[in-house]
Amino acid sequence: MNETLLLRGGRIIDPAQGIDGTLDIQVVDGAVTKIGAGLEAMGRTIDVSGCIVTPGFIDLHTHLREPGFEQKGTIATETLAALRGGFTTICAMPNTNPAPDAADVLRSLRERIERDARVRVLPIGCVTRGRAGKELAELAELAAGGCVALSDDGNPVPNARLMRNAIELAAAMGMPISEHCDEPELSHGGSMNEGRVSERLGLLGQPEAAETSAIARNIALCEATGARLHIAHVTTARGLELVADAKRRGLAITCEVTPSHLFLTEEAVFGPGAEPAYDTNAKINPPLRTEADRRALVSGVNAGIIDAIATDHAPHAVEDKLCEFDDAAFGISCIETALATVTTLIERGELELGAAIRALTSGPAGVFPFPPDLGSLKTGARDITVIDPAHLWTVDPRRFASKGRNTPLGGFTLSGAVRAVVFDGTVAYEMEPAGA
Amino acid sequence: MLELRNPDAPAVPGEATAWKRKDLLDTDTLSEAELHLIMETAEAMREVRARPVGKVATLRGFTVITLFYEQSTRTRASFEVAAKALGADVVNLTASGSSVEKGETLIDTVRTLEAIGADLVVMRHPKSGAPYLAARNTAAGIINGGDGTHAHPTQALLDLFTMRRHVGDLAGKKVTIVGDILHSRVARSNLWTLLASGADVTLCGPATLLPKTLAASTGEGARCTVTTRMEDAIEGADIVMALRMQKERQDRGLIPSLRQYIASYQVNSRRLALAKPGALVMHPGPMNEGIEIAPEVAHGLDSVIEEQVANGVAVRMAILYLMATGRHA
Repeated sequence: MNETLLLRGGRIIDPAQGIDGTLDIQVVDGAVTKIGAGLEAMGRTIDVSGCIVTPGFIDLHTHLREPGFEQKGTIATETLAALRGGFTTICAMPNTNPAPDAADVLRSLRERIERDARVRVLPIGCVTRGRAGKELAELAELAAGGCVALSDDGNPVPNARLMRNAIELAAAMGMPISEHCDEPELSHGGSMNEGRVSERLGLLGQPEAAETSAIARNIALCEATGARLHIAHVTTARGLELVADAKRRGLAITCEVTPSHLFLTEEAVFGPGAEPAYDTNAKINPPLRTEADRRALVSGVNAGIIDAIATDHAPHAVEDKLCEFDDAAFGISCIETALATVTTLIERGELELGAAIRALTSGPAGVFPFPPDLGSLKTGARDITVIDPAHLWTVDPRRFASKGRNTPLGGFTLSGAVRAVVFDGTVAYEMEPAGA
Repeated sequence: MLELRNPDAPAVPGEATAWKRKDLLDTDTLSEAELHLIMETAEAMREVRARPVGKVATLRGFTVITLFYEQSTRTRASFEVAAKALGADVVNLTASGSSVEKGETLIDTVRTLEAIGADLVVMRHPKSGAPYLAARNTAAGIINGGDGTHAHPTQALLDLFTMRRHVGDLAGKKVTIVGDILHSRVARSNLWTLLASGADVTLCGPATLLPKTLAASTGEGARCTVTTRMEDAIEGADIVMALRMQKERQDRGLIPSLRQYIASYQVNSRRLALAKPGALVMHPGPMNEGIEIAPEVAHGLDSVIEEQVANGVAVRMAILYLMATGRHA
């Protein structure tokens, strides 16, 4: 259904066009036709005064779990969660079973997406066959089948020579590699950040050097090939410095940060009490780091060094987390809280509004080869997210659309919520009115 | 009824000395009053053990289940003897040959034990934090009998009891712990009780086996020294505790060789000469004699290693008594 709408009186922020002002936006037959002051109403008028109107968000890093792990999440449940979180385009990581490493698996995945998805889902293919890190996947088939990037996310490509070849081949086919940068020999067995809290809790940690040494290696490979490379979820201040330096030198490097790493630190594993909580919902890979790292990542978004805020939404079944810390699965279900953590950081004066919106829209739009004008409100755009920055709400995982209730934010009061989402020309989501 | 209080003992300053905890998971949050209560109760239990029939019936009708996911000789036996000396019924479970091998989760296991009628579950588990998970999911009292590389509170309490019997007030005393501190649940739990008792603690071992931030995160950094230099660590010590050094640390490349460890860190008579005359020698067991500790020291005049084991029964009786009676208070 292509709707005709007037969104009246909101603050429109479209970093792609450099727009930031209190304006109206007109949608005719599902597509943006006009942005301006005092536009004449056509079709339905929605008063969005006090709200922020942005392009639909783009998530470069989402786990949908289907096929293979439907007890954790399905394309239907997780794309509904994405929609409620304000994301209209999401890139599905290939941590599935089977994993999309060739045309047949990819075709079946695309059929499922066509049938069930509530937002635009663009697949990310595997770098190596079965994500096993041994031999390259059918890269040409993945490119032909519409993959926007390649990744063995969760499994870094361990062999530097194989990685070099993959970067070069994939770039020639127009697909960057999104690499989970981790030196497995250093991080092996670690279930949280190595440091103060891991020593206190007697848990084996993943050192900062596991991330930074892998980032350094991959930057060197990017430089050696001249090909594009995307660094998935940077978590350390030092890792971010390496990326910033590579960018200064003009290398084709981009990077992302998760809202979890912007909002939380390793202390979340210990929890707020005097006795340790060993909170498995704060177990994530790469791990939550220190407050100094967190602050550096926030600054990195503000400075534009970080191209995108990507969720790494990772839903899990209850039993995957209700167990001993070392045995618990990595990951946070966060696509429904991502925007609220960002707006809460804006409210606290840490993140800058314009920079944060850029990192959710035009920033990620430039990272993978998306259809033109995605992540903007240019004429013809069909995705809009409306944010109510003042809406206070308390996170109740039981109310998630996602099957994954695994969040360390349960009970947190956050400032800011998605008020409405226009996806592909239709008002696909509207927040229930207060008190409903 | 067992007379636990020594009528001549001074009252503990501050709060009333009733035991209020459902669980004993670590020593890190024990107050001075709670430590005092455990020590005082353990002293009474030691007297019970010294009687011709070292048993009482105080915990008749209570059920204590030991649930061990890891091999143990002394801790499990010590708890069993302690529980039986108080008249409790004891059931011993190990992970092998039980429902755990059939895939039952820890939570289901402890809930099953609660349903069977366990008042207290003594638990040892190879994963750090596992007893916290258990404690949150059962009404039974959980006693941590050692979790991974995290905590071993009853060991620290029996160590404290043994130290106080010999040294008295620990304030200002230098206690040196030598070995694989980073992976030691004994060292971690001892750190809390020793700092709470006013001792100065020195942690010593090869650089790869030392914690880098633990001293600072105790909030008592000034009284906790971490060093790789054995001679500095042992110099002037009132108490020297050697920890078990596992061959596996060599296999993982954390130390070049056991031979080199022995050369640099073994507690032997030559090194002990640097400590205060008559410094106590301790070890949580089981010992690798000739590796972390020389036999002549382990069995020397200043060794209290066997007494630690004997005191372990009295301290565990005290903990079982306080927790069991506290449940129905």
